[in-house]
Amino acid sequence: MSPLLRVDKLVTGIGAARVVDGVSFDVAAGETYALLGESGCGKSMTALSLMRLLPDGGRILSGHVQLGETDVLALPERDMRRVRGGRMAMVFQEPMLALNPVIKVGDQIGEALSLHQDLGGQAARDAARALLDSVGVPDAARRLDSYPFELSGGLRQRMMIAMALAGEPSLLIADEPTTALDVTIQAQVLDVLRNLRAKRRMGMLLITHDLGVVAENADRVGVMYAGELLEEGTRDAFFTAPQHPYSRMLFEALPRTGDAGRLTTIAGQVPRLDAHLRGCRFAPRCPFAIARCRVESPGWQELDGQRVRCHLAGSLPAGSVRERVAHPVAEHPPQPLLQVEGLKVFFPIRRGLIQRTVGHVRAVDDVDLTIQAGRTLALVGESGCGKTTVGKALLRLIEPTAGTIMLGGETITAKNAPALRRQAQMVFQDPFSSLNPRMRVVDTLLEGMDALGVGARGERRGAVARLLNQVGLPDDAGGRYPHAFSGGQRQRIAIARALAVSPRLVICDEPTSALDVSVQAQILNLLKDLQADLGLAYLFITHNLAVVEYLAHDVAVMYLGRIVEQGRAGAVLRTPRHPYTQALVSAVPRIEPHTGQTIVRLAGDQPSPLNPPVGCHFHPRCPHASAVCRQSYPARTDLGGGHWVRCHWVAAQD
Amino acid sequence: MSLVTSHFVPVLLWTDALIFMLLIVSLAAVWWIRRHAHLRAPWAAVARRPMAMGAALVLAVFVVIGLLDSLHYRERLDDSPPDRPQYSVEVLSVFDALAGRLRTQQEKTYSAPLAMHLYAKEFTERDGATVRDYPRLKYGGAHLKQADEYVPDIVRRILVGLLQGLAGSLLLFGLLAAWQARHERMRLGGWLSAWATGHLGWPGRTVVIVLTLMLILGAVMARLAAGYHVFGTDKVGQDVLYISLKSIRTGLVIGTLTTLVTLPLAIVLGIAAGYFRGWVDDVIQYVYTVLNSIPGVLLIAAAVLIVQVAIEAHPDLFDTAAARADVRLLALCVIMGVTSWTSLARLLRGESLKLRTLDYVEAARAFGVSHARIISRHIFPNVFHLVLIAIVLDFSGLVLAEAVLSYVGVGVDPAMYSWGNMINGARLELAREPVVWWQLGAAFVFMFTLVLAANLFADGVRDAFDPRLEERR
Repeated sequence: MSPLLRVDKLVTGIGAARVVDGVSFDVAAGETYALLGESGCGKSMTALSLMRLLPDGGRILSGHVQLGETDVLALPERDMRRVRGGRMAMVFQEPMLALNPVIKVGDQIGEALSLHQDLGGQAARDAARALLDSVGVPDAARRLDSYPFELSGGLRQRMMIAMALAGEPSLLIADEPTTALDVTIQAQVLDVLRNLRAKRRMGMLLITHDLGVVAENADRVGVMYAGELLEEGTRDAFFTAPQHPYSRMLFEALPRTGDAGRLTTIAGQVPRLDAHLRGCRFAPRCPFAIARCRVESPGWQELDGQRVRCHLAGSLPAGSVRERVAHPVAEHPPQPLLQVEGLKVFFPIRRGLIQRTVGHVRAVDDVDLTIQAGRTLALVGESGCGKTTVGKALLRLIEPTAGTIMLGGETITAKNAPALRRQAQMVFQDPFSSLNPRMRVVDTLLEGMDALGVGARGERRGAVARLLNQVGLPDDAGGRYPHAFSGGQRQRIAIARALAVSPRLVICDEPTSALDVSVQAQILNLLKDLQADLGLAYLFITHNLAVVEYLAHDVAVMYLGRIVEQGRAGAVLRTPRHPYTQALVSAVPRIEPHTGQTIVRLAGDQPSPLNPPVGCHFHPRCPHASAVCRQSYPARTDLGGGHWVRCHWVAAQD
Repeated sequence: MSLVTSHFVPVLLWTDALIFMLLIVSLAAVWWIRRHAHLRAPWAAVARRPMAMGAALVLAVFVVIGLLDSLHYRERLDDSPPDRPQYSVEVLSVFDALAGRLRTQQEKTYSAPLAMHLYAKEFTERDGATVRDYPRLKYGGAHLKQADEYVPDIVRRILVGLLQGLAGSLLLFGLLAAWQARHERMRLGGWLSAWATGHLGWPGRTVVIVLTLMLILGAVMARLAAGYHVFGTDKVGQDVLYISLKSIRTGLVIGTLTTLVTLPLAIVLGIAAGYFRGWVDDVIQYVYTVLNSIPGVLLIAAAVLIVQVAIEAHPDLFDTAAARADVRLLALCVIMGVTSWTSLARLLRGESLKLRTLDYVEAARAFGVSHARIISRHIFPNVFHLVLIAIVLDFSGLVLAEAVLSYVGVGVDPAMYSWGNMINGARLELAREPVVWWQLGAAFVFMFTLVLAANLFADGVRDAFDPRLEERR
């Protein structure tokens, strides 16, 4: 049977760079083909080349793209417009940007319907409703009249999928369709895509950097690196025995449960594609590279159903390349460093001419936390649950509405804030917005020391050199500006800045979520090393449970401004008790096949913290909700070993 | 007292002081920028743009004339006693001294560009009879004995000017090539071929061509001006070329000093509103909303009238007419600055609102860095490109605004040389038959050149500094 889509030696250039270089693959009807790779590897450019939607300056230089019987690259633009959206459709990463904010979603879907199916008026409306039903949008008839801003991220992405389906395409290209979404929503959207593919026998090209998403959704996998495909195979073969060193290292770089070892990092960066590349493109970063790798580009080799481009394919050591050096586990006597009681952060909502306060957004509502010296507490939750607000309120970057914060036995008030600032610092999520582009690295690092008067003036320069060394940056980094560094290096600078005042607590606000897997591994290793060397305590704010398992000692799960479950990391993540934690844990796409655990899928979205549901905040989405849940907020149920949960259902079980 | 100083006494008008202060600040800024790589980079991008560099050269000529015209002095009266020297009430500038006869060769009334005769008929005695005819000019073409020598003389002057300009530019080009080749350590031939093919790294061809054109134009004008009134004369017989050149200073003063008033207001209030928000933001917003709602011309007219009344009430404070006109010019700059800071302030407020939420500002706050330091180290350097773009874009607008205001009659002092006054003076004569067009024409040509050059340069600056246009580079 001939495949639905056949891509043959596709070469795409932007300026002098060959961003896609000789990529060939097939997608059959009803099959999901995943393109996997880190950012800047040419995955999205491949997809845009297929749609012929390249950005300015981009050109397809050679190759063939065959969709069914049609040669896509040979079509005139007029006919191509019917193919786009009609026979192959695309779902983009950012549903916020892909929908027009001033047109109702029903009309936007209707536009696609009228273009590709010649439907109009009531017929189009009915068809749009059917589409929304098929992508699992609740209350579809009403949603047709919504504007995009009235919808949550998950619903918007479903609208995008519905719009893509309007032309009844035979091939759906999904470019990181869930990267911008929370895990529970990601699980919902991926379910929708899986069901649709099965029902409509569509071919699907799934572009992602997330091995977990690939493992749960793809039939076949292609690994891209620096514009080339390196490895291709069925999912099962690929996940049992990845053949290319790059694929292997991607696996090794993933933090996994119960793993105290260092993560494998991939040294260096993806090479610049506008340079003349010789030999295997991965050779400069490959620990196995031999002389031949540097001069001769490897061809495809077949290995029991898998295809791989590596000179050493089949002869690589079968085992793991991961160093089995355990982190020295510094056992500190449990001594509370930071104690937070009854922390509340309310944002007033003001209306009218005189800005009268008409209500409050309860971003953080009665949170208690204890962080032990030298240990890591992870604060987990979906976006919008208030976890970042907790971090900022602890540092008094946002003034808390109520609650006491005790640091090292001393109560922190607005008056002794400098004492707090010397002991607690923050590392931010986005390394691109957290460094001032107009300040040299050395000035950035000196800023905190100058402001808090740390060390003698003359010694600060020496301290900067020591800091740079500590976070693994070259000595001359201080004289340069942030734009000269990659994302991972910038995050190292941000960590060095926080360490400059020798704090005892570092609040890490999703420090790795903007980074690629291999770079994330470097940063996680660094954080662990620093904790071992300096005895730092971390408050690690994240939505990535895999990172939590790897790094954290304790976990607090937050939902809508409140902590619903807290305890030792192992206990909470392996035997979650709160229905929300259970849903969160089971929504994470995993590489390993699911072991016995029932899969809990949450319906709906997180409600607005403006007027949270009465009773237990979680009850509208909870599969175990009962009458009592709708009336009163549950009290703490202690499960022993410091593990507690706030849930009527669990309380009733015990 | 030495002989030289006793011949004249330097006069420092208010605007002169401010202009030279501005010059010093600009030079300091250049020195500062040269030392910082991230500041230097966008200027290097400006320097690589042929259009911007050509415009910058034209601007430089205007600026040099303006600066020369800002070095004022008063001459000693010839008949004043040596022990108690008395000085002329007329304030002259170095430019006047260089212009020489251009200033003093005054005709009776209008004469057309390059004319030998007056533009009005008069009764003159010829061969004992009184005839009504166009009389010969006192200075324009006075060296010609016969009318038929006129065309050959003009052609000869143009050709000589052309040759002089060409020779001058060739000499300059040779010097440039020799210096550059030495500087870059390459052979002269190599540099020349790199220049010809445009592989210099800076727009060498454009710079040389613009310089050559300007030199030729300058030489031809100088040749012609030596014997004729190139742009004719105005109602009282003054050389229009001279008036136009003198007006350059007025235009530049309005364009730059107004910005000097605008900037502190816009930067301080704009950033404060965006950074502090809350009631500070409310107050500042109310202020600029109110200011914006008053018709600008009305406010300017009122302010200028007040200043004029004040000047007339205190004649003892101003010893010369030039000083009075100068204060009025300064007042105009101030009042235009006060009314025009709002748009930049609004822009800076928006940008600061965005910047204050960025993580690096939060990080600074987590260190307890003071507001003043956050603003000076984090906010201001990141909005500076907006300030710069606003300065260069506003400049041309202000030069044009001066012309409009002077035309309406609320601009600079009527005795002051300015393009606006030239247009105002030419207004009535446009209805005359035959029409007197050269005053308007000259003002138009000069203003157009200055504003076009400023706009082209501003375009280059904006392209280099605006981060949103970065991907196009």
